[in-house]
Amino acid sequence: MKIVACVKRVPSTDTRIKVGADGASIDTAQVEWIINPYDEFAVEAALRVKEAAGSGEVVVVTLGPADAARELKTCLAMGADRALLLKDAEASRRDALATATVLAAAIRELKPDLVLCGKQAVDNDQGQVGLLLAHLLGMPCVTEIVKLSVADGKAAVERAGDEGTTERHEVTLPAVFTCQKGLNEPRYANLKGIMAAKKKPLDERDAGPVPARLNVAGLELPAARPDGRIVGTDAAAVDELVRLLRHEAKVI
Amino acid sequence: MAGEILVLVEQMRGALKSTALQAMTAGAQLAAAHGTTAVAVVAGEGAEQTSAALGEHGAARVIALDADTTDRTAWAAAVAGVARKLSPAAVLLAHTTLGKDLGPRIAALLDAPMASDCVAVRSEGGAIVARRPVFAGKALVHVSGANGLLVVSIRPNALSAQKSPAAGSLEREAATPPSTGLGDVLKEVIASAQKKIELTEAAIIVSGGRGLKGPENFAMIEELAGALGAAVGASRAVVDAGWRPHGEQVGQTGKTVAPQLYIAVAISGAIQHLAGMRTAKYIVAINKDPEAPIFKVADYGIVGDAFEIVPRLTAAVKALKAQG
Ligand SMILES: Cc1cc2nc3c(=O)[nH]c(=O)nc-3n(C[C@H](O)[C@H](O)[C@H](O)COP(=O)(O)OP(=O)(O)OC[C@H]3O[C@@H](n4cnc5c(N)ncnc54)[C@H](O)[C@@H]3O)c2cc1C
Ligand SMILES: Nc1ncnc2c1ncn2[C@@H]1O[C@H](COP(=O)(O)O)[C@@H](O)[C@H]1O
Repeated sequence: MKIVACVKRVPSTDTRIKVGADGASIDTAQVEWIINPYDEFAVEAALRVKEAAGSGEVVVVTLGPADAARELKTCLAMGADRALLLKDAEASRRDALATATVLAAAIRELKPDLVLCGKQAVDNDQGQVGLLLAHLLGMPCVTEIVKLSVADGKAAVERAGDEGTTERHEVTLPAVFTCQKGLNEPRYANLKGIMAAKKKPLDERDAGPVPARLNVAGLELPAARPDGRIVGTDAAAVDELVRLLRHEAKVI
Repeated sequence: MAGEILVLVEQMRGALKSTALQAMTAGAQLAAAHGTTAVAVVAGEGAEQTSAALGEHGAARVIALDADTTDRTAWAAAVAGVARKLSPAAVLLAHTTLGKDLGPRIAALLDAPMASDCVAVRSEGGAIVARRPVFAGKALVHVSGANGLLVVSIRPNALSAQKSPAAGSLEREAATPPSTGLGDVLKEVIASAQKKIELTEAAIIVSGGRGLKGPENFAMIEELAGALGAAVGASRAVVDAGWRPHGEQVGQTGKTVAPQLYIAVAISGAIQHLAGMRTAKYIVAINKDPEAPIFKVADYGIVGDAFEIVPRLTAAVKALKAQG
């Protein structure tokens, strides 16, 4: 069982976004980076599938700048067996199709049984790479899974469908899944894991040219919301609130 | 005629969701600005019944596609087949539970870039340019395809549906089967106990936070939501505590919502929560702490105890609805 987990580093979720000098991307000077939260679910899921199978290999892959080795090391410390860094200084600005194309080429060589992605990277919020990757690899894909088990070359997965329904899929491997919150609780790397990670292979190679498929004409900050207003205190303010919602906002 | 705007419309037994009409409206307006016409494509049982409503909302033509809508690979392949024949300037669809799954599949089949979850789309110098939030709405980008065709999904409730009558002439089209038989089998769709309003598509949302002290107190939130015809949301603190299901989490690592009205009850307004709801048209905050950051973004705030205020609000809403 060979499992690939795709991870991306993204600005920490409490980052204050500033527009960069080019007017089309963010100023990364003060940014603190984290592993995309949904990708932590992907890594955890990969480790659990391997553990349940009793053998196998978990490979974490990123298209990122040289510094992204740090996030890959965290994944190795969590328990991944090896890491592959496809180096691209501009990775965080790549569009989904370009990213998926580069990842697919590298992942194809690994011949995985299972490829796990996050449902969305919380920087560009595209939610596309998993599905694009699946198409390029010629594999089926189920998105936003909240349950996963693997046996006999097949995966049983669940995802939330429309209007509160739950869809249960049976998927022949190899396949790509994208991971949603609720799938698992990612483990923390412990000291033993951190020590072990030092001896694990982390391969780096240049991603090569990454042709853009989506042009970014500009990045701007949203208009600030007008300052908040306190209608009143306690239950006494309820009637005034209802009046405002009906006659001023006209939303009820 | 090449260069049209193709709009993939979701329907259920002949009924169109509000998000579908929003996407159709966006497509019709884009087509007018782009000097072309909008063409709707619909699939599934009842598809043909939607042509009048789609025509009213600007569809010059409505293509009823005979595709298997239980298999998304097949469905995407069928839509991509239509797109190949038409060679449109853009393919639009709503960024719903279904749309976010179908959109990238269609884009991949067409080898076209996609702009997800857009809040606006326009024609500029012959190109289709989409505006979309990034970093959970902390910034916005303007994007266009590097070489022509762009797939665009439209954020629910970001644009309103508007009528602009067009012919809406109905055509029927056989599905192009997928080129590969892929091994994804939908075994079962398990219905939930009660039919839920999809959080990301709801016009009104009532969300509860940790200040509600326990899962049992969400009955109060559900009752207010029921009175308003709203969906129930939650903060991550509440979801992590196991009080509410993951699917209800609003925020950067939950759902991004843009309803007409968002009522935050006993939620402090952490940056990651705001990220998921700051683009709501109106925000109401109920919190006992006047310094809570949620009040900075709330159009209307009430400082006080949720346990007193919420039942009163529910009663007032019920009274209002009874009056009509
Ligand atoms: C990587 C990351 C991702 C995150 N993603 C999300 C996300 O997607 N969504 C999200 O919501 N959070 C997210 N968070 C967590 C976020 O930082 C906050 O911890 C969380 O939103 C707090 O939830 P809360 O407002 O319910 O609880 P608290 O912050 O504890 O606030 C409770 C509020 O209730 C009020 N209160 C108490 N009693 C009453 C009463 N009787 N009546 C009225 N008001 C009362 C209090 O004054 C307080 O303001 C994330 C954090 C991280 C680090
Ligand atoms: N640069 C990247 N390197 C590795 N994986 C990525 C990269 N970008 C996206 N992914 C994967 O694809 C998922 C969806 O990303 P996106 O389509 O950008 O929202 C992420 O959660 C990752 O698992």
